[in-house]
Amino acid sequence: MKVKLENLTKRWGPVYAARDINLDINDGEFVAFLGPSGCGKTTTLLLIAGIYKPTAGRILFDDRVMNQVPPKNRNIGMVFQSYALYPHMTVYENLVFPMKLKRVPPAEMKARAQRVAEMLGISQLLDRRPGQLSGGQQQRVALGRALTKQPDLLLFDEPLSNLDARLRLSMRAEIKRLQMDLGVTAIYVTHDQVEAMTMADRVAVMKDGRLQAYCPPNELYDRPRTLFIAGFVGNPPMNFIEVEIVLRDGVYHAQRAGFDLPLLAERGGQAAGRGPVILGIRPEDVMIAEEGIAGEVYVVEPLGRDDLIDVRLGDVHVHVLADPNRRCKVGDRVHLRFNTQKIQLFDPKTEQSLLWT
Amino acid sequence: MEDRLGMGGRWRVAILLLILTILTVPILIGYVWILISTFSQRTYGLIPVDASGQVGGLTLRNWSFLWEDPNIWKVTLNSLILAIGLTIGVVLVSSMAGYVLSRISFPGRRVFLGTTLVLHAFPSVTLLIAIFFVLRWISRIPILGRDLPIIGGFGYNTLGGVILVMLALQLPLGVWLMKGFFDHVSWDMERAALIDGCSRWRTWWQILLPQIRPGIAALAIFSFISGWNEFLIPYTYITDQQQSTIAAYLNKLLSDTAPVNYSQVAAVGLFQLIPVMLFFLFTQEYLLSIFAGGAKGGS
Repeated sequence: MKVKLENLTKRWGPVYAARDINLDINDGEFVAFLGPSGCGKTTTLLLIAGIYKPTAGRILFDDRVMNQVPPKNRNIGMVFQSYALYPHMTVYENLVFPMKLKRVPPAEMKARAQRVAEMLGISQLLDRRPGQLSGGQQQRVALGRALTKQPDLLLFDEPLSNLDARLRLSMRAEIKRLQMDLGVTAIYVTHDQVEAMTMADRVAVMKDGRLQAYCPPNELYDRPRTLFIAGFVGNPPMNFIEVEIVLRDGVYHAQRAGFDLPLLAERGGQAAGRGPVILGIRPEDVMIAEEGIAGEVYVVEPLGRDDLIDVRLGDVHVHVLADPNRRCKVGDRVHLRFNTQKIQLFDPKTEQSLLWT
Repeated sequence: MEDRLGMGGRWRVAILLLILTILTVPILIGYVWILISTFSQRTYGLIPVDASGQVGGLTLRNWSFLWEDPNIWKVTLNSLILAIGLTIGVVLVSSMAGYVLSRISFPGRRVFLGTTLVLHAFPSVTLLIAIFFVLRWISRIPILGRDLPIIGGFGYNTLGGVILVMLALQLPLGVWLMKGFFDHVSWDMERAALIDGCSRWRTWWQILLPQIRPGIAALAIFSFISGWNEFLIPYTYITDQQQSTIAAYLNKLLSDTAPVNYSQVAAVGLFQLIPVMLFFLFTQEYLLSIFAGGAKGGS
């Protein structure tokens, strides 16, 4: 099923929880809503679920306007962060509850519940109550409950946030796999950019109730359209340095005290002569080299595969991912080489990218 | 160090127990006296004595009302009807109103919550005369006023009327209590139910009510005991012996023109107390959950 949001707005008194959101979701697509807490992503999800009524705008499933349709008639399945299982029912009763309400014939109800339970590996838990299950098991049951009714749309509200890190990793892959196999359209709300990047076909980044970007994960990563996205997506986060772009001897340079970096013409040219701009570069796109901009190692954080090194260049700090074999030590004099093809430039006032629109 | 702390802790517990014991003894003596005096002709302190002052004089005479006065069973039944009627009313209205107040935002919600709290603090005695006129007025409504089975109706001089008045006085507490319990049930569970295909009614009945069962049990017990023990309202609005309740019956014994037989009063009092005590014994853990606040999370 296709989902379309048109100028969707939700206002609580003077506060906009979601504002003018326009979004298209294709049939079978997996879309993530990404943003910090309070950005309106959960509100938007609940608008789609029908729990909240929009203040303005429209929600369309295929071509039907759903604004006034109550949640029970939308045929959606939802998985919550708190699992929201019914504690007074057994796992089996939880799984069949939505089907009971839809008056599915008992034989089919049982068959579907069995199939889903097997698919999720919870067959042996059917007689237990939610209170007797671990967090991971509860989340599986919650997922099962959303699936048994064979929804047209699956909604996830930070479903993995309450799980421990290892379980989160395996469940992430499992949910993605399941969604692909079933071919059901899915919307996944998360504040974890890794989850959004790894699972989604397209990511909708939200901030303060507004949609900041809506594009495939790699585009989000390589071509961040706002300063917010650049800083939010990617771990460790992008370095930002305030510079001025000047043209010298036919080459664009990003300059500040103790910092001078020649840029590629097609990037530097966009930002020249604008006064101060913000230069962004990811830690993996900066290398410790024999020559380049000189600096001093300020902090070394071993991450295992890499060392995250904080290098001081005059009065700015730049994070660099370096090979642990280099054995950088605090106080070492080093040189940094920037991968100029990966440099981002932003307007400090509008916070929009100067490279991508 | 730890040992000394432990010793200190033990001493504190001992002192607390001592204080509590001293405070409890007078109450306990009262109950013991009641128990003894109901089986005695007279008592001298806690010692049963006969008419001439000798130790002894044990008798069942004081309990004779149970088989000699047919009214006692009638008033006991009336008390039961009052208590059960009140319980049903309080639980039904409070659980619905509490749900709405907890979950649905509507104009006047805060004002409503504030007002009910004030009403709860309002002394009901001051309302007696006004309520009398209201009940008199209800009496004039055909059928509903005074021609219903079991409760008699909702007007003056009927059990139903008393239930109605008591219900009104109990509701503020009940509504607030239920609202508190509903507040503790996660929104997500309700959302899940709505998405799974429940209507609001079914969500309330099938998903939320089971979560607050301890609260409902506590409120039911509380209401039952209030209804069973209530004296002032049934005494004021029921003049008919046949409609009277056990508390009013007890009062009648005290206000007879004949000299008061305190042993018999004690016996009737104890008789009234028995169901409450039994009830309490089996349900005290639920009652405590009123103070513990809210259902335990199920997730």
